[in-house]
Amino acid sequence: MAKLTLDDLRKLRESKSNEMERRNVDGKDISVIIGMGTCGIAAGAKKTFDTFVEALAGKPELKTVVIRQTGCMGLCYAEPTVEVVMPGMPTVIYGNVGPEVARKIVQEHLLNRRLVGDHVFDKPAADIVKSRSK
Amino acid sequence: MAIKTYVLVCGGTACESTKSRELYDALVRELREQGAENDAQIVKTGCFGFCEKGPVVKFLPDETFYVNVAAADAKELIAEHVIKGRPVKRLMYDSEQSKKRAKIDDIQFYQKQFRIVLRNCGVINPESIDEYIARDGYKALEKVLFEMTPEQVLKELEISGLRGRGGAGFPTWKKWGFCRDVKSDQKYMICNADEGDPGAYMDRSTIEGDPHSILEAMTIAGRTIGASCGYVYIRAEYPLAIRRLEVAIEQANAYGLLGEKILGSDFSFQIELRLGAGAFVCGEETALIHSIEGSRGMPTPRPPFPAVKGLWGKPTVINNVETLANIPVVILKGGGWFAKIGTETSKGTKVFALTGKINNSGLIEVPMGTTLREIIFDIGGGIRNNRKFKAAQTGGPSGGVIPEQFLDTPIDYENLAKLGSIMGSGGLIVMDEDDCMVDVNKFYLEFTVDESCGKCAPCRIGGKSMSLILDRITAGNGTDADMPKLLEIGKAMSKASLCGLGQTAPNPVVSTLRYFQDEYLAHIRDRKCPAGKCKDLVHYLITDACIGCGVCARKCPVNCITGQKRGKHVIDQTKCVKCGECFKACKFSAITRG
Repeated sequence: MAKLTLDDLRKLRESKSNEMERRNVDGKDISVIIGMGTCGIAAGAKKTFDTFVEALAGKPELKTVVIRQTGCMGLCYAEPTVEVVMPGMPTVIYGNVGPEVARKIVQEHLLNRRLVGDHVFDKPAADIVKSRSK
Repeated sequence: MAIKTYVLVCGGTACESTKSRELYDALVRELREQGAENDAQIVKTGCFGFCEKGPVVKFLPDETFYVNVAAADAKELIAEHVIKGRPVKRLMYDSEQSKKRAKIDDIQFYQKQFRIVLRNCGVINPESIDEYIARDGYKALEKVLFEMTPEQVLKELEISGLRGRGGAGFPTWKKWGFCRDVKSDQKYMICNADEGDPGAYMDRSTIEGDPHSILEAMTIAGRTIGASCGYVYIRAEYPLAIRRLEVAIEQANAYGLLGEKILGSDFSFQIELRLGAGAFVCGEETALIHSIEGSRGMPTPRPPFPAVKGLWGKPTVINNVETLANIPVVILKGGGWFAKIGTETSKGTKVFALTGKINNSGLIEVPMGTTLREIIFDIGGGIRNNRKFKAAQTGGPSGGVIPEQFLDTPIDYENLAKLGSIMGSGGLIVMDEDDCMVDVNKFYLEFTVDESCGKCAPCRIGGKSMSLILDRITAGNGTDADMPKLLEIGKAMSKASLCGLGQTAPNPVVSTLRYFQDEYLAHIRDRKCPAGKCKDLVHYLITDACIGCGVCARKCPVNCITGQKRGKHVIDQTKCVKCGECFKACKFSAITRG
């Protein structure tokens, strides 16, 4: 990657910003975002990650699902945490997602479009970055 | 027909006790009776916090938040909100604080948390510079390089009122200003990521979740003070944080956001990592500097302050991770925006690592001025197992305890100091009635004794002496002279120690002597530990209420309880390890602890 000039940086921000925005709002992409901070990993996030990879394999209708990692959201008591972003569904954070719950999320949330009870948690705070751009 | 509304009912233990189960059943029933089963799904969730206002219900996707909802409200909620799409105003959450905060930004707040430092944590992929850039990353740097003079940056920081988050709360603009004013051929910018308080992990999580924010802030600092080189001093036991920083530095260099002539400007800045071996004292800035230089990590007297004579004798600014994570936001949104958040003297937010006997342990960020009650009961979901709150410990081994009567004090630097504690780096340990204050102090003091570098006598000898006295008290050999003695040694230590470690080490003891003197007295005069923690002072006895069920005997890990079936059991005191398992297991309150 060549070094950026000011213009390059602005262009990159614009395009990536749109990309993230689309993913969040009306795009076709579905994101499964797994909290992979030290606390998440200690609570078994790697196993959860692997389970999602396995559960999604061989399901052509879920080809547009992207599995991503992120840092700690702060809900350490509910690790591993997983955020699911998909069009037509509210963005939801699931807590205490072990392999079994991960498979349930794939079946219920992604395929049947129903939330998985007993594992939904609240996002801890409003997003100050997003609020500015609105 | 597709589901349009998702109704989330809090199923946390606290809400369950306020009848959320009945409410859940009522909502399911109403949904069925009103024939809207295909329009909405009722979902039980984990704890939302807000337990004091439970049961709470949240409607998605429109994020309507209802509090104190009763089963009788179910009919109206389904008929109005689910079917007609009209929120039921009388049940919606509404508070003075949320209104106040709504003015800061145009977001509808119902949450108590406000995330500036943690804005990207749990949102972006920390190993992707593109995602950081997409969320306004490196935009503040852009502004600093091309639109602002260093003086304007300092001014903006001054307006913001940002103070150091490492604990002492020194105004950041002053620190930067001092360093900028010193003439030198080379200056250094250091990020202090040597987080060491027991129970604190704010900095680790910030770096793991958003490493670029630290790099961006350091570069801004470098430009402002006139440094071309920065170091992140981070402990080696944070491998994931280190890896993410390494990845971030590599990416930033590749993009030209670090290195020579950043973004085509005339400013060059490079950042390197320095790994610490985990000594607590290396969080002290002079000791940290020596450690980077390759010497033994021991503090030296100040002045000269690092801003004048720091790393390799050159002017140096050292900022804590959390302080730095605020910087890009202050630059982008302006000091005025930042100064609207918080209290008169303490601006912005504070991140706390909430641990101990709390339901929702985790990392939280709240505006300065939030009360401990809001943190513990609204965000933290209250005390585990419905026990009673006893005290909160802030500031770790340098801090103190805050007892129940001060739960409603707004938290800021000054108020905490008045209560005899400190803001510290942000560890917040919640203790309940089962925690013994003397025992807790013993732990902290043992920690500081272990971590004392031994250079100055007050800390080395004073800490050890205090620790021995506490040992004596918890063993049941305390005397009336011990309490004044502790205070006396503590006073000498805080006055005469060379660095912050020794100066603040007596704080936990002094603070508990202030609020929990009777607990010390119980140990010293009655030879009793009210919380049942100090093993030498605790005896478990089986009373005549014993029906001989044998549960305690089965639970006992050392098999020291014997007795006939249906007959009274006896504990062999010579073998008893005082674990308390029998006490907890007995359903007939036939075991006493004294």
